[in-house]
Amino acid sequence: MNLQSNPSRGDAPSQDQQSVVVRFAGDSGDGVQLLGSQFSQETALAGNSLATFPDFPAEIRAPTGTTYGVSAFQINFGSRIIKTAGDQPDVLVVFNPAALKVNHKQLRRGGIVILDSGTFKEKEIKRAEWDSDPRTNGVLADFRVIEIDISKQALECAKPFGVSQKEALRTKNIWMLGLVSWMYDHNIQPIMDSLNKKFGAEDPVGLANVAALKAGHAYGEIHEVSGELSPRTFPAVKHEPGTYRLISGAEALAWGLLAGAKLADLEAVLASYPITPSSPILHILARLRQFGITTFQAEDEIAACCAALGASFAGKLGITASSGPGIALKTEAIGLGISTELPLVIVNTQRAGPSTGMPTKTEQSDLYLAVWGRNADAPIPVVASRSPGDCFDVAIEAVRLATKYMTPVMILSDGYIANAAEPWRIPTMSDYTPFKVNFRTDPEGYQVFMRDAKTLARPWVKPGTPGMMHRIGGIEKDSLSGNISYADANHQKMTDTRAAKINNIADDIPAQVPEIGNTKGKLAVVGWGSTYGPINRAVANMRDQGFDAAHIHIRHIWPLPRNLEALLKSYDKVVVAEMNNGQMLTLLKSQYLLDAKGLLKVSGQPLKIEEVENAIRTHCSA
Amino acid sequence: MNIQTPPDKLTAKDFATDQEVRWCPGCGDYAILKAVQVTLANMGAKPENTVFVSGIGCSSRFPYYMATYGFHTIHGRAPAVATGVKLARPELDVWLVTGDGDALSIGGNHLYHILRRNVDVNILLFNNEIYGLTKGQSSPTSRIGQKSPSTPTGSIDSPVNPCQFALGSNARFVARGIDIQAKELGELFLRAKDHKGASFIEIIQNCIVYNDGVFADFAEKAVAADMQLHVKHGQPMIWGKAKNKGLHLNTKNLSLEIVTIGESGVTANDVMIHDQSNKILAMMLSGLRTPAFPEVLGVIYCDPAPSYELQVKAQDDVSRAKGPGDLDKLMRAGKTWVVN
Repeated sequence: MNLQSNPSRGDAPSQDQQSVVVRFAGDSGDGVQLLGSQFSQETALAGNSLATFPDFPAEIRAPTGTTYGVSAFQINFGSRIIKTAGDQPDVLVVFNPAALKVNHKQLRRGGIVILDSGTFKEKEIKRAEWDSDPRTNGVLADFRVIEIDISKQALECAKPFGVSQKEALRTKNIWMLGLVSWMYDHNIQPIMDSLNKKFGAEDPVGLANVAALKAGHAYGEIHEVSGELSPRTFPAVKHEPGTYRLISGAEALAWGLLAGAKLADLEAVLASYPITPSSPILHILARLRQFGITTFQAEDEIAACCAALGASFAGKLGITASSGPGIALKTEAIGLGISTELPLVIVNTQRAGPSTGMPTKTEQSDLYLAVWGRNADAPIPVVASRSPGDCFDVAIEAVRLATKYMTPVMILSDGYIANAAEPWRIPTMSDYTPFKVNFRTDPEGYQVFMRDAKTLARPWVKPGTPGMMHRIGGIEKDSLSGNISYADANHQKMTDTRAAKINNIADDIPAQVPEIGNTKGKLAVVGWGSTYGPINRAVANMRDQGFDAAHIHIRHIWPLPRNLEALLKSYDKVVVAEMNNGQMLTLLKSQYLLDAKGLLKVSGQPLKIEEVENAIRTHCSA
Repeated sequence: MNIQTPPDKLTAKDFATDQEVRWCPGCGDYAILKAVQVTLANMGAKPENTVFVSGIGCSSRFPYYMATYGFHTIHGRAPAVATGVKLARPELDVWLVTGDGDALSIGGNHLYHILRRNVDVNILLFNNEIYGLTKGQSSPTSRIGQKSPSTPTGSIDSPVNPCQFALGSNARFVARGIDIQAKELGELFLRAKDHKGASFIEIIQNCIVYNDGVFADFAEKAVAADMQLHVKHGQPMIWGKAKNKGLHLNTKNLSLEIVTIGESGVTANDVMIHDQSNKILAMMLSGLRTPAFPEVLGVIYCDPAPSYELQVKAQDDVSRAKGPGDLDKLMRAGKTWVVN
């Protein structure tokens, strides 16, 4: 090991003693995501709290060694509750010069760089757009650099098993998993078991992987020279009692949809079209058909929404999942769902930018689209999930609203939440209150658009029910019979009723309470969706420093909670922190004539704790 | 809303709603509506198990006039909605009513996919070669040179042949009928309902306002015998007032040609027999155009294959063979840990 450690060349690591941020980066084909998710599993099993951030390019296999082919995985873990994937890595592991090029600026000063020196050859360095060798040109002066020829190590340990050079080099990620497992004192036995299970005990590739894992682990032990790489152990976090697992947002959302359908006593049809980063929901549910869901890969986004709506018309729960560009295409069909007053759950896993934008990068810029983005006056409820695990409850809530109020509902998640993982206390289904759907079967007095006095929902009737035959459509219809009507007073009434039905949902959702802080004071930092973690941590940190700030996080984006206006107006200042150009900000201003300010970010990267802390400092004196 | 206590045998009237039909007087749609209502009554269809789905356009008002379940959807998307209905409830008898603009222009993609997937839906495409509801623009089936508000100097779009489009999309049942031929239409509807999988029927329909008489060269009664070939599986393809015109396959250039029985030594044996399972023949027959050839009507192609929704259901059933899923178990599968 070539330790270039020289404390005088950089700050001492400023990492707190309770947590550490590690970032793995390499070519798309280096297995960085696998390395990260395996390491996350280990960390979770060690009882640590954690949050992850897979950060990958849209290209599946970009040309090797290029900066645009770099894939990264960041994990923040430790012995206190972790709320974000970390502002800055303390440890950066890079498998090639391009990975270093893309990621070195994010590293904390004084942080550790572990690099695969086997890939730092002239050609690779040039390919990564470095003018000169970054190991000697001074760009790493602020960091402690550990060079290991991981490529050579991997080739060495694979030698006895007769695997190809290509296969041997593919064990680099597992070798590194061995080393970081040693660094954080993780047990590697479960990984060995799962490798054996995956490949079988005799498979040469499997044996090479096990050898690489052991070798990486042993490398740490043998080279424990300077003390700087002595293993660090984080005691288990005091979580609420219960059974835990790691969960990604996509998984939690998919399972939440199944849970919602079960609570509604409905079977479901998910119709979707492949799109990043929403596709995992389709993939997950396609394997869970024993839960009463039918999955359908439609010919396009429009067809997906239409098929889901057709399923709802037929008496099952129609669901469609997509991302911004796909949701835009579904817009007309969502309008049909609004006009015909059928339940429909639309999942929007938001991604960055207009048009194609940056499909693998995160953003929260579909709030306008969700709340206002349809022709004519066409309101729907909108709910947003704040974290991977929260997607489960948000999906249940969306199904509840869709079926109780006979309306399309949009869930706003985002690419960060969908791919990130966190420890999740597994809920028990019997703890949830069922909301069974009652289809109308009684023809006596039935009118297609008669309404429940309280919810204003019309009855849901399954085709196949005798005596209840009826026609619905997107044409304006009579407020009672549902027959086509162009009558002026009727259209006014129907427009008003559609709005009132959705507005009334505000009486059926929890009142807004601050996540942290008082119900009045100097500053409220308002967020929604995946900015929960950084805002929450930042507000907590700043309160510790004496700042009178509160964190308010909005789940029900539309309609807003009844008390939100009064609550927000009880603070001297309101800052809305969101990953868009001011969409929730506009919404709140328009609804409440509120003089709020924005902390707005659209870089494709999650909001940082530090950025929120700075905003609090700016808007609120200690 | 119609509340009915169905008598033992329903009549066409039992399939009609109380809604005033709002097509133009003399529109071919009236005859088609009547033929559908009569056929459903005759075949003993149950209104509660019958669903009519439509898109947008004159034809797509159809569901409002049927005392069944009905869904008037959005422009071009009826096949996708109908697919969703069948995926959710394969046991329902689903009919899809569409037009040449709805199905072949804005909804071309969806029509193609419902056909190639073979979803068990009966598709009635009313082809009048014009946009009616939007006031007379040329459509994807309008002929070259068609003058319309949007093509004042004549359409230059090459028209699509609906039956050939369907065949090209791997439809397993393709038929053609004329709005005013109620008896023949009824037979086609019956065949379509019996056919498992997507059934496609092009119905030649006269738009009395924007394209009146465009099919007169074969649809008018006076020329019907000489300009219409009604094909039947296993029967020779013969037509004409004197029943002496036949289709003959010219094997030298692989084309169909007209022969006259009794002339130049031609006998009935020289006339091709219709084989509804022969896709190449179906492609040739549906491509024959007047005035050089008669319009081919009837079941042009029928070669059943497993329907989509039943295959989906079969896969769902396999997944569910071991009983319903247990969410608590699912969420606790894989690596978990307990905090006390």
